Amino acid sequence: MERRSLTATIFVYAAALLLAAVILAPVVWLFIMSISSTTDLITKPLRWWPETIDLSRYGVLLSSVANSAGQAFVASLFNSLEVAGMATAAALLVAVPSAWAVSRTPAIGWSLYAVIATYMLPPVALAVPLYMALSALGLLNNVFGLALVYLTILAPFTTWLMKSGFDSIPREIESAATVDGARLDQILRLITLPLAAPVMATAALFAFLLAWDEFFYALLFTSDQRAKTLTVAIADLAGGRVSDYGLIATAGVLAALPPLIIGLFMQRALISGLTNGGVKG
Amino acid sequence: MTSNWITTRAWLLMLPLLIVMIAIIGWPLVDTVRLSFTDAKLVGTEGNFVGFDNYVKMLSGSNFQRTLITTTLFAVLSVGAEMVIGVLAALLLNQQFYGRSILRALMILPWALPTVVNATLWRLIYNPEYGALNAALTQIGLLDAYRSWLGEPGTALTALIVADCWKNFPLVALIALAALQAVPRDITAASMVDGAGAWARFRFVIMPYLAGPLMVALVLRTIEAFKVFDLIWVMTRGGPANSTRTLSILVYQEAFSFQRAGSGASLALIVTLLVTVLAVAYAALIRKSAGAT
Repeated sequence: MERRSLTATIFVYAAALLLAAVILAPVVWLFIMSISSTTDLITKPLRWWPETIDLSRYGVLLSSVANSAGQAFVASLFNSLEVAGMATAAALLVAVPSAWAVSRTPAIGWSLYAVIATYMLPPVALAVPLYMALSALGLLNNVFGLALVYLTILAPFTTWLMKSGFDSIPREIESAATVDGARLDQILRLITLPLAAPVMATAALFAFLLAWDEFFYALLFTSDQRAKTLTVAIADLAGGRVSDYGLIATAGVLAALPPLIIGLFMQRALISGLTNGGVKG
Repeated sequence: MTSNWITTRAWLLMLPLLIVMIAIIGWPLVDTVRLSFTDAKLVGTEGNFVGFDNYVKMLSGSNFQRTLITTTLFAVLSVGAEMVIGVLAALLLNQQFYGRSILRALMILPWALPTVVNATLWRLIYNPEYGALNAALTQIGLLDAYRSWLGEPGTALTALIVADCWKNFPLVALIALAALQAVPRDITAASMVDGAGAWARFRFVIMPYLAGPLMVALVLRTIEAFKVFDLIWVMTRGGPANSTRTLSILVYQEAFSFQRAGSGASLALIVTLLVTVLAVAYAALIRKSAGAT
């Protein structure tokens, strides 16, 4: 191991502190805003730590009193869960068989490139016809309609991830089972899919995060509590005339919690996914 | 089993995906092309064929040119800063120090924060009356009077770039760090025995390992930055005085705010073409850097 001089050591620690501060300051500030009283947030000079800790906004947002800010927030929370859940399940359903097929059949490998290429498409290229179609089908402002549209993002993405997952499972295992007389459905059910379970879980989490994060289509295709997702609800709060900045911050904290928890616990899987596929730019 | 049957079986397994992709990606894309040659409105009229009118109107308009410049500026500056800061952070995280694993774990925070929450957070930080940035700069004496960071054309784009950079440089850092960890110890040790300085070591020993992964990150980030919508919509909606209006915002306004589906579609296809050019350049660059190492 390289031995460092004292100056170099001090420099490394100073840089590490700076990096930690840059990363943490905005996140910590979001949390502090959410627990500060409104008066603390609008005094000058600004108080960096609240006089008394005020957790009431969490109660306000998570309450289900009719026509309250909480009811709208909770509704959007459930919409986000529903849309992201349905879109993730549907994406895996179509992605797993095709990813396996592409992985085991090099002759159709080119079709994967076509799938990946669509992932690069800007959503604006599809938005107008999708809007007109959803409108004609009566699926505007509808969680099923939005989940269907989310497949445009999640289906190519999960196929891509699952394909590299199947690639890492040796096909010799499948050939051996074929020699032993197993049928294809038995091989897939008893051997390949159980081996691919961790990759499927990673793909599902990634897909869920993508759907949870989505804003553009949700902004276009939803208009009220029946389908509005969390991202749209937060953008409404941020852009509206809400004078309580703490409430906006609280909504942000609550929306950020699921992905942050997934991110911290799934660190290793996420990073290997990031570096292998260079995914989610 | 014949290879013919295996290929047929593969296509059958792909059928559900293909049907979905044709229905929600293929058909809309083709329909966008059709719409781009009409004067259709978003609701109501079907529209008449108008040839290349929409394209001519859009490409010659000053809106498009100015928006293209803003988008390019945003993409180049934010991705450039993310690459530089990301690599520096990765070099740091590759050193030995106490708390390194905690710091590495923290890097996932900005990446995991939803884009809209990130935009909202920075909007609050930049708030002209009560924002943390104004408060911090005034309290340490760097600023005399509170400023409207997002409200002035001179600072709005920079403020957006900072917010984008904060969220995305950790991703570059994590990718670069994974590449750095693949550099064999004995090579760096040997280069030091040979008397290579820090810069020479970085340039000739470490950089070849970084180049490939960084190239992937660079182009993926550039394409993402070129398509940017969420961050800008939540923070400025393209304002003030359209100084932060990017291409995606312009398409949104044309097709949905003004409900001009035809010209909106033509603009969307121009953006798609630009992104495709970037993506093709991406494939070529990656193939080249893969061949080089």
